[in-house]
Amino acid sequence: MNRPAVKSVFLMAVCGLLLGSVAVRADDWKQFRGNEANSVATGESLPTELSGSTIAWKASLPGRGVSGPMIVDGQVFVSASSGYTQNRLHVISIDAESGMQLWQRQFYASGRTQTHEKMSNATPTMASDGQRVFAFFSSNDLFCLDLKGRLLWYRGLGREFPNASNSLGMSSSPIVVGGILVVQVESDAEAFACGVDVITGETRWQIQRPRAANWTSPALIPGRAGRATQVLLQSSKGLTAVDPETGKILWDFDKGASTIPSATVAAGTVYVPSNGLTALKPAADSVEQLWNSGGVSPATSSPVVAGDLALVLNSSGVLNAASLQTGERVWQLRLRGPFSGTPVFAGGHLYLLNEAGVAFVVKLESDKGTIVSELDLGETILCSPGVSRGGLFVRSDGHLIKLATPK
Amino acid sequence: MAVKTGGCRGGRLSVRAGLYRVLSLLAAFCLLAVLAGGAGAEKKKERVDAITEAVGILQSAKTAGQGSRENQRALVALTESGARALLPILAGFQKATPEGLNWLRNTFEQIAETLRSSRKPLPVAALRAFVLDTANSADARRLAYDTLLSEDATVSAKLIPGMLNDPSPEFRRDAVDLLLSEAAKAEGAAATELYRRALAGAVHEDQVKTISESLRKAGEAVDISRHFGFVTSWKIVGPFDNREGKGFGVAYAPEAEIVQDRPNLDSEYDGMNGKVRWQTIETTDDFGVVDIAKQIENFKGSAMYAAADWSSPAAQTLQVRLGTPNAWKLWVNGVLAFEREEYHRSTQLDQYSVPVQLKPGVNVLAFKICQNEQTQDWAQKYQFQLRVCDGTGVGVLPGPVVVRNGVSRKTALNKGDAE
Repeated sequence: MNRPAVKSVFLMAVCGLLLGSVAVRADDWKQFRGNEANSVATGESLPTELSGSTIAWKASLPGRGVSGPMIVDGQVFVSASSGYTQNRLHVISIDAESGMQLWQRQFYASGRTQTHEKMSNATPTMASDGQRVFAFFSSNDLFCLDLKGRLLWYRGLGREFPNASNSLGMSSSPIVVGGILVVQVESDAEAFACGVDVITGETRWQIQRPRAANWTSPALIPGRAGRATQVLLQSSKGLTAVDPETGKILWDFDKGASTIPSATVAAGTVYVPSNGLTALKPAADSVEQLWNSGGVSPATSSPVVAGDLALVLNSSGVLNAASLQTGERVWQLRLRGPFSGTPVFAGGHLYLLNEAGVAFVVKLESDKGTIVSELDLGETILCSPGVSRGGLFVRSDGHLIKLATPK
Repeated sequence: MAVKTGGCRGGRLSVRAGLYRVLSLLAAFCLLAVLAGGAGAEKKKERVDAITEAVGILQSAKTAGQGSRENQRALVALTESGARALLPILAGFQKATPEGLNWLRNTFEQIAETLRSSRKPLPVAALRAFVLDTANSADARRLAYDTLLSEDATVSAKLIPGMLNDPSPEFRRDAVDLLLSEAAKAEGAAATELYRRALAGAVHEDQVKTISESLRKAGEAVDISRHFGFVTSWKIVGPFDNREGKGFGVAYAPEAEIVQDRPNLDSEYDGMNGKVRWQTIETTDDFGVVDIAKQIENFKGSAMYAAADWSSPAAQTLQVRLGTPNAWKLWVNGVLAFEREEYHRSTQLDQYSVPVQLKPGVNVLAFKICQNEQTQDWAQKYQFQLRVCDGTGVGVLPGPVVVRNGVSRKTALNKGDAE
């Protein structure tokens, strides 16, 4: 074998190893707001003309939930809670193609299950590293299962930290970075964030967080071009970047931030709901504010970046598009709110679902947004959708629904 | 002839030999059977021991993710044992840690799922017997019931009617629901009787409200507060300073007495607005709400202390369940049971459940409640509701006055002079 051939075999072997170790597929939607927690479905093509015929299937769910669907290797995962006190916790796997239930597992809550009636114990969205799925609940019960529903580990964080609860419910969705699951558990009475080993379930690091109610979820600055991945933890105090491996604080933005909509990241810039919307340019151990725009203020939904626009839904159900360069509002589009879930961006269009269950497809252009189509699903929808292989997945209290172009 | 005779003799001999041979074979067979049986029994015992061991591992699953790998191995071993492991797994719920409950449940579900997909039978009779034995874990019984129900929808009608007073709140709820359905179809005295029966089993607020409404419409008296076991009469003192939330962690003079289990109702203290003394506050609210804002005053940025006697006929572990939108601390006989510093994130019945160990005789329940200085209209509540119940949620009322050393003690409060 000549040298170039040996080199090729070696490279192929290395690539094989690398591919084998990275189990996240590009068409997975492995956590809240997608693989990079930015609500962008790269390379996806969803139907723009929604109608009854674009409802590919509707599957019944065994319990309530606000959590969004997560898609891993053709399985749609969703959590739910049931029972008079919402103490029954469900993890359901449904075939993305057919809508048939593959399996369902039930567990017992060990923490407090009380939530506001609009929320549910199953409010945080599940996460996955491609081989395992992680289901977190308002009661701070955290389960790790394999893709066939076998329990790999369990943490009763509600029992381990009995004061880390919120009588209105907890909603922070964990995210996976490498071998660490980052979990944010913040309330008036007790608050912390921790990095949990995805293999063993043991705590690798834990840091104290501001003691205040907080419903935001961690965001992610992906590690690219030699830069290490940073995890962003938001609270009423501001935004803190931590090293997901160690929990070490890398930088801190202390001008306050919202406690409901979460920050999003695009092209290395962080857009945080803070005094309206604020753009931050992070470095390895510092951060610089680029602009602040008080005129665009996210309500419950998190901001989404599409092209050169930051898109923000305000409390009146108006979609505001702001310039990424200045934060100035470029255009507005009145929709029918209120909205709870965060929209997704795919193929030049924004997909939004209001609380009444009306799906809107909005074509985005630099100077305007246009409603292309609407579809009333007839059920309350509070979740953020998931996207995979041409399908848009949403859930209500009773159903998981797939919207896709008819075959 | 000889041959014949001999043959005859030889025939006898060969019959005897044949008999010996048969007997030997039988003996050998029996011996083998015994040995084989013994080996089988031994193997079965080994299997049972392996199941017991694996159940034991899962049953004692630890907190903080410790021992996950060992738990995974035990889970796999049990799932490979198949149907044989189902009942031991359910029995394992009885002494399981909260972590163990979830490991055992996941294992059970996987075995049941495999049996279903391979069309193998579930041990229906054994599961049914397990459900009916109320000495078993309520969670395990419910899991067995749900498994049976998934196979046979008629199980509900057969089992639920007898579960009105079940230790499991879920079974009770189903039984109450059945009675409510019957009552909705009945009229007059028959309906009232059904509602009365339903009330006896109801432990959930929504069902008790539905039943009470119907009974009251029918002219029946319903004591909801007594049904749930609310503490309705308190001694209360305050306000003490909690401006900027700083009073939550301050042990004011009444607290110093409470933690020593020596509250003195005759004491006078320095409050935030002057001298304060203990006063009686009672509630006639259906759900035991003591409304400080309405019944006394909504002292902004304040803390109040409340105390009540609760007589227990014996040492027992019960639950104090309470609801309040304010920050609070609870002591039982001077021992801090739980504390929570959260303001105005809503309130509801049984918002918090605190397990408490009560001693025989008079116990003192002491409560600190704090109001903050928020100005929003939704942040003006200053109230609490507190009840004593068992693990099922059935209200428990205080027992009769305890007689100790021939002396009747009506109160444990005022210990300053009573002891």
